[in-house]
Amino acid sequence: MIELENVAYGYDGGELLTDVSLSLSAGSFHFLTGPSGSGKTTLLKLCYGALVPTAGQLRIFGKDRQDMGRDDIAMARRRIGVVHQDCQFLDHLDVSDNIALPLMVSGRDLLAEDANLRELIGWVGLRERARALPPELSGGERQRAALARALIMSPEVVLADEPTGNVDWEMSQRLMRLLIELNRMGKTILIATHDLALIRAAKTHVQARVLRIAARRLQLAGADL
Amino acid sequence: MSQAGAFLLGDAQADRVVPPTGMTARLTLFSAAVMGFVAVCALALALATGRLADRWDDEMARTATVRISAPEAQMAAQTAAALRVLETTAGVAQARALSDAEQAALLAPWFGPDLPVEQLPIPRLIEIVETGEGMDPEGLRLRLAAEVPGAVLDDHSRWRAPLVRAAERLRLLGWVVLLLIGTAMGAMITLAANASLAANAQVISVLRLVGAQDSFIAGAFVRRFTLRALAGAATGVALGCAAILFLPRAQAEGGFLTGLGFQGWHWLWPLVIPPLAAGVAYAATRAAAQRTLKDMT
Repeated sequence: MIELENVAYGYDGGELLTDVSLSLSAGSFHFLTGPSGSGKTTLLKLCYGALVPTAGQLRIFGKDRQDMGRDDIAMARRRIGVVHQDCQFLDHLDVSDNIALPLMVSGRDLLAEDANLRELIGWVGLRERARALPPELSGGERQRAALARALIMSPEVVLADEPTGNVDWEMSQRLMRLLIELNRMGKTILIATHDLALIRAAKTHVQARVLRIAARRLQLAGADL
Repeated sequence: MSQAGAFLLGDAQADRVVPPTGMTARLTLFSAAVMGFVAVCALALALATGRLADRWDDEMARTATVRISAPEAQMAAQTAAALRVLETTAGVAQARALSDAEQAALLAPWFGPDLPVEQLPIPRLIEIVETGEGMDPEGLRLRLAAEVPGAVLDDHSRWRAPLVRAAERLRLLGWVVLLLIGTAMGAMITLAANASLAANAQVISVLRLVGAQDSFIAGAFVRRFTLRALAGAATGVALGCAAILFLPRAQAEGGFLTGLGFQGWHWLWPLVIPPLAAGVAYAATRAAAQRTLKDMT
């Protein structure tokens, strides 16, 4: 689905990632860990085409990133659900409309998708908050709304950047259960997190590869994970 | 046509994703209305001067004057001789000597109404109306020189040409002003669109994250600015037409200044301004959006 081969990426001349190789195959579950500023978010951005590698080869759904125009990237993002730590929303639209945003931009008939939308809102436990505006939501509600928005197009891949960063342990467990459930449905999942306890807890429920970024390189985490 | 209709009806989903903006919307509407108003005035000026140039060109081209300067005793004989020459000149439809009263009326604006024309050595004037084909002024001058020594032909070309030229320059100026208004409007809409796009960078970032193509994002902004320009210009044009309607009606005594409005089917011309303003806004916003989206990674 998404393949990185000896990829490097740098900002302003300095290299942040070097010689990164990663293959996100269908139905796989990956954790990505590493200290703050190590390049987890950058690697996720590379995976959904927001950044272009400075070296190496990146293929998104079989297409070389170098050959993809802005419209190609837009089409690829309809197949990749992204959950950001800061959960960007359109504050003038309510939760339901924000979750339906990917349907709107892809020209899908909202009426035809209404049942799916309501089911998804219920699945992430936001039925009572569907008409609330994003600034009225708590941290956990925002994370769940972001997850629902990432899933509304039934993407093949879900990339989550610190999805439990702003929520308490109970909520992070609940979000993790949702992601594990998605993986059981066949979705490819990549979660960037520095929360090792969360990874350990999740690994008791799902077979996941844990990767660590250290010294600008991507490597398999140690046996403790 | 169907594409324009679909554009005007809009994509309700695309319209919703860009948040409503108060100040930019009001400023765009206001500026478009002012531009529409000024455009109507410039259009009225261009059309009025155009009419004037055509009228001067047409009317004066078909008239001429023969002036007879002769001693009192020979005045009647030379006038009659000149009239005989004119009667046999090809291209002259009508020729008649002005009466004393008519000559006094011509001089009245300068000397007052009680001028004793008959006591003054004033030349006799013969008014000539040409046929559609027109006469040969050089040939006529030669005949008059031979047969009526005191007669001088004035075919008005000496002072008609600069007047017509001046009127045509004014007409050109009117069109240039219209062009400048269109350009200024494009620049103004570009600035407003750029400001709106910059203010909505976060919105654009979210839309891109969820898979919006540039055409979708640009369309949401382009339609909004196009409709604002259309509505503003329509308001300005309506106010401009009302102002033109209250200008003094065209009168012979008032000359050019009382003929500054629209006449007849020319009243349809202002209807062209709102769609043109919308077209300018469409092109300006589209270019601004494409440039901004290209620069945003």
